[in-house]
Amino acid sequence: MKRHLLDAADLDRADATLVLDTAAQIDQALAGREVKKLPTLRGRTVVNLFYEDSTRTRISFELAAKRLSADVINFSAKGSSVSKGESLKDTALTLEAMGSDAIVVRHGASGAPHRLAHWVRGSVVNAGDGTHEHPTQALLDAYTIRHRLGRLDGVRVVIVGDVLHSRVARSNVWLLSTLGAQVTLVAPPTLLPVGVGSWPVEVSYDLDAVLPKADAVMMLRVQAERMNASFFPSAREYSRRYGLDAHRMAALSDDAIVMHPGPMNRGMEIAADVADSVRSTIVEQVGNGVSVRMAVLYLLLGGASS
Amino acid sequence: MTTLIKGARVLGGQSADLLLEDGRIAAVGQRLGVTGADVVDAGGLVALPGLVDLHTHLREPGREDAETVETGSRAAALGGYTAVHAMANTDPVADTAGVVEQVWRLGQEAGLVDVVPVGAVTVGLRGERLAELGAMADSAARVRVFSDDGHCVADPALMRRALEYVKAFDGVVAQHAEEPRLTVGAQMNEGDLSARLGLTGWPAAAEEAVIARDVLLAEHVGARLHVCHVSTAGSVEILRWAKSRGVQVTAEVTPHHLLLTEACAQSYDPVFKVNPPLRTDEDVQALRAGLADGTIDAVATDHAPHAVEDKESEWAQARPGMLGLEQALSVVVETLVEPGLLDWAGVADRMSVRPAAIGRLDGHGRPLAPGEPANLLLLDPAARAVVDPAALASRSRNSPYAGRELPGRVVATFLRGTATVRDGKAVR
Ligand SMILES: [Zn+2]
Repeated sequence: MKRHLLDAADLDRADATLVLDTAAQIDQALAGREVKKLPTLRGRTVVNLFYEDSTRTRISFELAAKRLSADVINFSAKGSSVSKGESLKDTALTLEAMGSDAIVVRHGASGAPHRLAHWVRGSVVNAGDGTHEHPTQALLDAYTIRHRLGRLDGVRVVIVGDVLHSRVARSNVWLLSTLGAQVTLVAPPTLLPVGVGSWPVEVSYDLDAVLPKADAVMMLRVQAERMNASFFPSAREYSRRYGLDAHRMAALSDDAIVMHPGPMNRGMEIAADVADSVRSTIVEQVGNGVSVRMAVLYLLLGGASS
Repeated sequence: MTTLIKGARVLGGQSADLLLEDGRIAAVGQRLGVTGADVVDAGGLVALPGLVDLHTHLREPGREDAETVETGSRAAALGGYTAVHAMANTDPVADTAGVVEQVWRLGQEAGLVDVVPVGAVTVGLRGERLAELGAMADSAARVRVFSDDGHCVADPALMRRALEYVKAFDGVVAQHAEEPRLTVGAQMNEGDLSARLGLTGWPAAAEEAVIARDVLLAEHVGARLHVCHVSTAGSVEILRWAKSRGVQVTAEVTPHHLLLTEACAQSYDPVFKVNPPLRTDEDVQALRAGLADGTIDAVATDHAPHAVEDKESEWAQARPGMLGLEQALSVVVETLVEPGLLDWAGVADRMSVRPAAIGRLDGHGRPLAPGEPANLLLLDPAARAVVDPAALASRSRNSPYAGRELPGRVVATFLRGTATVRDGKAVR
């Protein structure tokens, strides 16, 4: 593993597989244990540096670090010196001086973790940057698919929705194709990036045409503000053309799964009964997130030396 | 004050001596001799007319921590410039006779280059109503170039009025061509790479659409239009078409758009964030070709100094812009002279003669001939050096060429016969 986890695009097949295998080993090691804790990162300090609110991601990383016995500092940009105008660089140098071994950073600006990695000696883990990437989300999605379907090679994954603004979609595109899956993006053309033609994916505007061939369908969150900016005409039209409801789910093959990175807009991109069905992996994804993030922290901070 | 320059290759041609006397070129010839003259040995050096920049941000008044008229003038002299046009997006904005005269006086006091203020087209650069263009034209600063640079004059009716109005005093509107509705939140060139990097794209069409509109307006009203920092292959095509129709349009390209591509953005290092953004390799090739064949008239630096805190940040938060004055000639040598696209006469034309003509500057962009003002530079074309931002004269350090080796060194610059640069160092 490299020193930082900044992009899923950066992970080669061996490293990505190592993370997934390590997560699986951690799951096995902790299965049935009453105290879900390993001593691996005792004495190490992990800082959660969150410039954007994301309670679920922060808690997932916090839990992962604590289960590895690391000391965890939660540093929210709100109400801190950061909100008083302290620069990212000054914050980085402060955390460095406090002896942080890893900084988990969530930031609204694409590339902020790259800048941070430039300024600190410890490891940087990208917990979502702007509209760029969210690599641990892609790793947990891949882990979930492999766990449910038994493989990733040749698996047909359909990613539906606001690809243009989605760091989850970007990370999944790179990681899943690295791991041998076939990715199809489905969205209205306004929600696909101009450069999508150069990505290792197929693109469709027609959800019904691709569903029967899918092994996994990943629904992306669609924000209401996209409607106001005319990315599509109305929530109703979006939901009719690109939402996953029970009727569409019936077109899926018997063992296909339905995924969502959360938080969901029930009734918009995904119908409530679909989200709660046995095909849905949504709850499972959350649990797998902790295991995968443990694997990442372990490999970045402990794996090489132990 | 008499200076004798011995053995300079005038425009890269024959070696000749130049005698500078009373601010003018008194004689050009072989083995000139004069007693009591300050003698400059220019063996192996190329003599060019002093460069003229149509597009410089000097930041004074308002952001003297990033640059002042004096520090920017020194950077300009070191780059071989004898005149620079100071852009209007200062604080306060140069939209009145008072502000343009202030900038002009500061330039006179610094005395290193002629600082020629650009007047804002609209009050406060807000794009709503015309500034007092005539008052600025009539002021001591004699403003002839008007620009809201940093912003596009997006309203087509207002742009038409501006083009028409400045005809009264032979002015020109220099447009920052950027359709604002197509570049909301834009961070870099829109394309494959912006999609990968998750940075909002600035589509080439946002520039091209405005240029196309403006050349049609300029043609309709018979006015002079200048297009700032052209950055796309499509823009070059539109300009070529417009010129073939006889539209009075001129255009400039920056050194950085001639050398660098959007690939620089992969580092997320905001030193490479600029507006318009760095484009693709195809665009770079088209810009070089357009400059070589004269479709693009001039190289203009868009020298945009920024304080460290405005650049050492996340990409999205950083201000766009990069330094340009001190390396502009070197970049032109690298991208056009050495590949054989432009000879030294061509460099003089694109970096001095034509920009001076566009700005209606008397006394600059003149031939190196007896009787002409002694505004010139001496360049060592064989020298090569690695750019060290710490060594720059600009008050800011945001050079996109840091660590890059570039050819050509300005050895001396003369403003009306007085050296502003000698042995590669600013005289003051
Ligand atoms: Zn501009």
